[in-house]
Amino acid sequence: MKKKRKLSLTKKRAIAGLLFISPWLIGFLLFYVRSLIMTFRFSFSNLSMGVGGYDLEFTGLENIIYAFRAHGSFKQILTTSVTNMLIDVPLITFFSLFMAIILNRKFKGRGVVRAIFFLPVILGADAISEAMELAETMMNGGVAAQAAEVTATTSGTIAFDIDYLVTTFMNLGIPVKLLDYVAQAVDRINAIISASGVQIIIFIAALQSIPGSLYEVSRIEGATVYETFWKVTFPMVMPHIITNVVYTIVDNFSKSDIVELARTEMFTNFNYGLGSVFSIVSTLITCLILVIVVWLIQRRTFYYN
Amino acid sequence: MLNVKTADVKKFVGEAKYEIMDPYRRNAAFKKLKKFLEHLMSFLIIVGVSYVIIAPVIGMFVKSISSTKDAYDPMMFIFPRYPTMEKYKLVIERMEYWKTIGKDLAYVAVCTVIQLFVCSMVGYGFARFDFPFKKILFGCIVVMIVIPTHTIMLPLYITFRQFDPFGIFTRITGDYLNLMGTPLPMVLMTILGCGLRSGLYIYIFNQFFRGLPKEIEEAALVDGAGLWYTYFRIMLVNAMPSVITVTVFSVVWQFNDMFYANLFKISENIVISKKISTLAAVIANQDKILDIPIQQLYVAAGIILVIVPIILIYIILQRRFIEGVERSGIVG
Repeated sequence: MKKKRKLSLTKKRAIAGLLFISPWLIGFLLFYVRSLIMTFRFSFSNLSMGVGGYDLEFTGLENIIYAFRAHGSFKQILTTSVTNMLIDVPLITFFSLFMAIILNRKFKGRGVVRAIFFLPVILGADAISEAMELAETMMNGGVAAQAAEVTATTSGTIAFDIDYLVTTFMNLGIPVKLLDYVAQAVDRINAIISASGVQIIIFIAALQSIPGSLYEVSRIEGATVYETFWKVTFPMVMPHIITNVVYTIVDNFSKSDIVELARTEMFTNFNYGLGSVFSIVSTLITCLILVIVVWLIQRRTFYYN
Repeated sequence: MLNVKTADVKKFVGEAKYEIMDPYRRNAAFKKLKKFLEHLMSFLIIVGVSYVIIAPVIGMFVKSISSTKDAYDPMMFIFPRYPTMEKYKLVIERMEYWKTIGKDLAYVAVCTVIQLFVCSMVGYGFARFDFPFKKILFGCIVVMIVIPTHTIMLPLYITFRQFDPFGIFTRITGDYLNLMGTPLPMVLMTILGCGLRSGLYIYIFNQFFRGLPKEIEEAALVDGAGLWYTYFRIMLVNAMPSVITVTVFSVVWQFNDMFYANLFKISENIVISKKISTLAAVIANQDKILDIPIQQLYVAAGIILVIVPIILIYIILQRRFIEGVERSGIVG
């Protein structure tokens, strides 16, 4: 190389850019790419942990065939996890959009309310929710308060009879599937609220970024509140709906039973090959769902800029 | 005696009549009513949802201050009759609270500072420089956000259980290095931009830096600032909203994280939430409290103790946090 020849500015900047991202690049190759390849290899082999390392014994498709043909609960847990996800994601998205619209108004004590809505994110620690669940299951009839609640429900004076409502609506000719969906949604209101902390914050931020002039125009043109929502607010938050749906799916998946199954298979039963199959299959399905959902929403998305 | 003049009554009735008859004023009245109902609805919804969120916390707090007598008192409602702080006293002792929480907060702080530093650097690199394969590499960031960590947990475990980069340790000591039980794996991953939800933070920073005007940097470059100086002293200072957003997320999630803590078997003397899961057993063993409902009172006190510091941090950062999210990269 000649000494005089200097690098052009674009090349210099390219090198600088690569230097800036280099820590992440090394980490990504080292931890993600390598690990994914390893997991892939594990799923085709029988792995045994030894003292000085691990031994791989290639078994071909045996693990996969076992998972789908012979394993007791894999298929069932997989389908319930996926259906639960498909039920929860739209509910969480619309609930958080709805709450964000309400919280976006000006009212007294808005800061306090917003802090409260972030609480589930703080309280979401596995240990804490585990302890809470444990407290609930262990207290069945144990503590006085619980017992009082039980008598209240059985006596039927305070309790709200949901069966009555369901049969009424069924007699009105509303499809049972829809009723089931609504009943499940009501049943899960707690889970839905606690899973939508981050989403609400993202939506609030999105709503704040809509230029006020758009609302002014629609008011002058005589649009009703309903029209304004569907013609202004909804298209403007559409890109953030994608962000939120992706976040919700990933979050939901990482807490689902199928992941739990993979973990027990690996670390409790020490069946690493099978566990790898579980996690790879479920990840592939989740990614497929993600791609389909994002594609479906993106077709209807309008980008302001 | 009531002093009502008939003229007043007539006037009142007349006005009411007028209000109903006149379409313009009727509309106004309806609008007022509508607005009132709207406010009432949103008020009810906010109160209801807030109740669902806060109720367990209140329940937990009440449990933590009620005494053994209260646990079996069927008349107790919200307020315990014999409130006591002895549960806290014992739990603080059994959890070695001050020592553990100090270590935990230090660990979280270290991770957060590294996250801020590395993720902002990578985000800046993606936002401002052009280099080959940039789009594909940024796609990798999205992949990193999307892929659940559970897929790669076993390889990660093996990597750090038998830690041996380029065979250095086997050559020196003849054996692998076992990093399990130390916070080192987590710190290492965070330094290399693959820590807890690093992908999301990189994305946030990238979006924010892309929104900043280019003129600032150009001015800095013309004035003779190097690239590093420009990033560190000018861009990072301007990115305060993103910095606060990422700080809050990182602190909260790192503090709450059990997945990596379990995977790397990080000692429970560093991760305090791990002590919650064993607290009931510890109390049963050491203090011979075998009654499960009573044990639960202690666990409740433990949970309150664990969530108090994180709530305090959130309250301190809260106001700037919401502002930060509004202006930082998540939007856009």
